[in-house]
Amino acid sequence: MSETRPISEIEEEIIEEFALFDSWDDKYEYIIDLGKKLQPLDAVHKKDANKVKGCQSTVWLVADYKNGKVTYQAESDAVIVKGLISMLIRVLSGHTPDEILDADMDFINKIGMTSHLAQTRSNGLRAMVKQMKHYALAFKSLKFDV
Amino acid sequence: MSNETMTAAKDNKTLDIAAIREDFPILRRQVKGHPLVYFDNAATSQKPREVIDALVYYYTHLNANVHRGIHSLAEEATAAFEATRDAIRAFINAAHREEIIYTKGTTEGINLVAYTWGRKNLKAGDEVIISGMEHHSNIVPWQIVCEEQKAVLKVIPVNDQGELILDEYAKLLSEKTKMVAVVHVSNALGTVNPVKEIIRQAHDKGALTLIDGAQSSLHLDIDVQDLDCDFFVLSAHKMLGPTGAGALYGKKELLEAMPVFLGGGEMIKEVTFEKTTYNELPYKFEAGTPNIADFVAFKPAIDYINRLGKANIRRHEEELLDYATWNIKEIPGVKIIGEAREKASVLSFVIDGVHPQDVGILLDNKGIAVRTGHHCAEPLMNRFCIPGTIRASFAVYNTTEEIDRLMDGLKKAIKLLA
Ligand SMILES: Cc1ncc(COP(=O)(O)O)c(C=O)c1O
Repeated sequence: MSETRPISEIEEEIIEEFALFDSWDDKYEYIIDLGKKLQPLDAVHKKDANKVKGCQSTVWLVADYKNGKVTYQAESDAVIVKGLISMLIRVLSGHTPDEILDADMDFINKIGMTSHLAQTRSNGLRAMVKQMKHYALAFKSLKFDV
Repeated sequence: MSNETMTAAKDNKTLDIAAIREDFPILRRQVKGHPLVYFDNAATSQKPREVIDALVYYYTHLNANVHRGIHSLAEEATAAFEATRDAIRAFINAAHREEIIYTKGTTEGINLVAYTWGRKNLKAGDEVIISGMEHHSNIVPWQIVCEEQKAVLKVIPVNDQGELILDEYAKLLSEKTKMVAVVHVSNALGTVNPVKEIIRQAHDKGALTLIDGAQSSLHLDIDVQDLDCDFFVLSAHKMLGPTGAGALYGKKELLEAMPVFLGGGEMIKEVTFEKTTYNELPYKFEAGTPNIADFVAFKPAIDYINRLGKANIRRHEEELLDYATWNIKEIPGVKIIGEAREKASVLSFVIDGVHPQDVGILLDNKGIAVRTGHHCAEPLMNRFCIPGTIRASFAVYNTTEEIDRLMDGLKKAIKLLA
């Protein structure tokens, strides 16, 4: 899965998709649908070390680094969270660490997600983005080492 | 409160819930475009107009520090502040007003006992008994002192219905037991524990008792003398009152023998650099400037509950719980967690194949506030092998129509999620 379009373009695309929905019912239906379609994470990755802290539900996140690009895989036991993860992966996966670190991820605000989710849950979302950026940072320093 | 509500309460008839709802301004607000349905009362209750007005009145007319000033404001503020102590005393039928120690709430009350009584009286090998359905607030302080004092923490197990197994409790009790600290009503399951019997058995072994009344104070009649508990803790915010105010009841002779908790301010009698002598009860435990406004506004909350009458409140809440329990059993895949014979107005449940958080988010989208998660009772969730539950907790201002909306919301959520 190598994404060549800039992150901002993918963000824009999601914002446009969400603009088509009339109601939050529809948005949630869509997010739940994304969640159901998210590729399940291999059981070996579902260990404590891969858990993202700061979520009420459990989230496991792993990242891979090949040919200068980071790919992410993640899963949660809650389906709405899975849907959100699936969007984060769609935006960030397949990009270079620098692109990922530069991404402002403003699409989350623009689709209204942060204002709609209760504080604790949007903290969870933020924790997820933070963890994804941590991976990018780690891979970036790796690049300089070799 | 309207006249109709008052009459209803006095006559011991069915309460006029519509009139009661008028007393709670927040119930008029919309959430996500829907009229709010507030079913998170076990976390914190909503506040009637009188309580809100009292806060405004305090800051507009009374604001002064208590117990120190000689001027009129200080005197009036002190009188209002102390009036709440009398109201709490009467509310739980304590024998003396100085047995009521002001705290921030239940958590601080338990910590106070653990840190003062516990540090002084627990020795290596002594035992403290708590139960498997305690809130973290009644676990962690005991863990801390037990570790410090090399005492042992024992836990009364919970059966599949969510009741304490009293036979096992009897086996845990021994001459080594120094304290039995249990919750009156479980916030996660709604179970009403037979605390009077638990206290009697503890006393037979010479142990002291602490009852966590965070969840019981609004719903059950509390008579600390009849219960004969040694300590009882409560929080104003769970009883229609403000946050940051609560009380620890303790038997006078125990409180007198206990070392001080926090130092400074109100708790002293005389300070020299060589030695400090401490104030008498209850001030000995009330260091620093307290949360004056919120204690002043706690009294109207107590008055409000008294006017409605606990028996009337309880009758309405039982109706709500029965109605909700009956209806939720019709929804396939739902499993109620906590089916004790004696239950307060808490409906905790899980749904097959559905994460509680997803349900919570979708209900919130319909303006329905429930709690999801472990409810600060993680060991209890482990006991039932679940990550958490969805909890709807009812109060006197809730209605069966609101429960209908909950059921409707649940059905829609399940359809989307399953
Ligand atoms: C049973 C029980 N104990 C203790 C507490 C803690 O109360 P507070 O946060 O007011 O100190 C709660 C609050 O949820 C509770 O339900």
